[in-house]
Amino acid sequence: MIEAGQPLGVEQPKSFAFTPENLERAKVAIAKYPPGTFSPIMPLLHIAQEQAGWLPTAAIVACADLINMPHIRAFEVASFYTMYNRRPVGKHHVQVCTSGPCHIMGSDDILHTCRNKLGVHGHEVTADGKFSVAEVECLGACVNAPMVQINDDYYEDLSPASMEKLLDDLANGRPVKVGSQTGRQKSCAASGPTTLKEVK
Amino acid sequence: MLADQDRIFTNLYGFQGADLKSAQARGDWDNTAAILAKGREAIIEEIKNSELRGRGGAGFSTGMKWSFMPKDTSTKPSYLVINADESEPGTCKDREIIRHDPHKLVEGALVAGFAIGAHAAYIYIRGEFVREAQALQRAVDEAYAAGLLGKNAAKSGWDFDLYVHRGAGAYICGEETAQLESLEGKKGQPRNKPPFPAGAGLYGCPTTINNVETISVVPTIMRRGAAWFAGFGRPKNRGTKLFCISGHVNQPCNVEEAMSIPMKELIEKHAGGIRGGWDNLLAVIPGGSSCPLLPKSICDTVLMDFDALREVNSGLGTAGLIVMDKSTDIIKVITRLARFYAHESCGQCTPCREGTGWMYRIMQRMVDGRAELHEIDMLLDIGTEIEGKTICAHGDASTWPIKGLFRHFRPLVEQRILDYRKRVAA
Repeated sequence: MIEAGQPLGVEQPKSFAFTPENLERAKVAIAKYPPGTFSPIMPLLHIAQEQAGWLPTAAIVACADLINMPHIRAFEVASFYTMYNRRPVGKHHVQVCTSGPCHIMGSDDILHTCRNKLGVHGHEVTADGKFSVAEVECLGACVNAPMVQINDDYYEDLSPASMEKLLDDLANGRPVKVGSQTGRQKSCAASGPTTLKEVK
Repeated sequence: MLADQDRIFTNLYGFQGADLKSAQARGDWDNTAAILAKGREAIIEEIKNSELRGRGGAGFSTGMKWSFMPKDTSTKPSYLVINADESEPGTCKDREIIRHDPHKLVEGALVAGFAIGAHAAYIYIRGEFVREAQALQRAVDEAYAAGLLGKNAAKSGWDFDLYVHRGAGAYICGEETAQLESLEGKKGQPRNKPPFPAGAGLYGCPTTINNVETISVVPTIMRRGAAWFAGFGRPKNRGTKLFCISGHVNQPCNVEEAMSIPMKELIEKHAGGIRGGWDNLLAVIPGGSSCPLLPKSICDTVLMDFDALREVNSGLGTAGLIVMDKSTDIIKVITRLARFYAHESCGQCTPCREGTGWMYRIMQRMVDGRAELHEIDMLLDIGTEIEGKTICAHGDASTWPIKGLFRHFRPLVEQRILDYRKRVAA
């Protein structure tokens, strides 16, 4: 029984069905791999999670059924990878990197800023459903540390003050700047490039 | 310093467009068919002569790896898998290639795919790189639309399909056989070797797995020649390399430099030096979190290449330098890395699954000094019991940062334990 492995205390929807548009996307994903393999399960779970906002058990089952994969095998995949959220997350899911370089550049302060300001711990979601916070391992933007990922975007070169402003802006629906919060060009030195100056 | 005309990644910072037209203006896709016309053997020979070593961490000869692929592909298809699961703390170079210079990767995939006899390739990109995966998919779509991929790719006579596969947050999927498992729709748990992927890889077929940077430099090597690439760096450590300099430097950045550049020169020329000056340096982790840290005395003179860093009991790894100045609690930093390895253990082998957690919990106590002196040796002993006793190198890698700490900073840990005792007694 697949239900045995569900996260505790999460109310599971009874059913899940792909929207026609997402079903098309699912078909495109399936076509990328040799027929009869279970390879499409990861893209399918991504699409299902996008649609539902998180990954309910019914969605995992629906994905598995699309490619005739045993439910338990799909469930193994869904529970192995940390990006599949098997419990609801906020509209803005804030993932704070606290690994290596971010750690030495003050990511603990960024994490505390998020937790204290939003008042959420562990898997909690704010009462208005807008925010959840997770501490995650290296997100691969180390020269722009400390940084967070909110949904699909990276926000880099943070300080507690800019983190707080970012959360305020998101809470109030104001536009936010993606990428470096100090305005530097990607992973180029803040004082300007040391190489390829003419090419620029 | 490497001259600008010798840099491969001329759009590293994204000052220019990443689209096909901009890429072509930078020289990408310039008569790719002529490269393929040289033939499989000639391409592999050229890459061997360039002495290119894999840029993903292990530093294996790329040409040699390609030569392991079967010449006869009539019974089973061959696959190329490109590892874009960049997750090693301190490493953020492939992301820049993917979002700013994706056509170098796409063209490289065609050349490498042809050289190993593969008609299909998968790029395994880490799930968190959502925007990067979109940028990459755009580049792939552009290439298909321009006839550079698909049937008779780039008019070379070779059919080649390229697919982008997104991971979902598992460091271990950067390990090549775990990546294959993941691509096959399973948990990312590494496979036993042998069989090696060149014999039985993706779907049981011959497979070569290369890092993004490795593949992306191939077209330029083919155009400018092996001798040009081998003209940089020391013997066996050739070429140019992307370095990521993070942590306590004045100007953290990514930069392409010649291999074997002295670490001090790299940091001072490109990253604005150490916060508070070179003498304020405590230690550097030279190649991503798995590489043991080096104290200032070694950093003063060490060269940034595979062999020089191996000689000082560390490694070039992915060339992600994590720089720490004297304000750093180095015991805490290594403890945080121990947590990383415990969190990312796939759980398959007992020594790694249990051992990484033990080491993390002991390290946690050592941060405060709540430990016995003899526990240091016990901790190192646990490391020895993990190393070499697991299917993949994750277990080994989990012990290296800790070993590095005690190799160079053991007195500091001992002092902290003694200080804690004194505090409690008082």
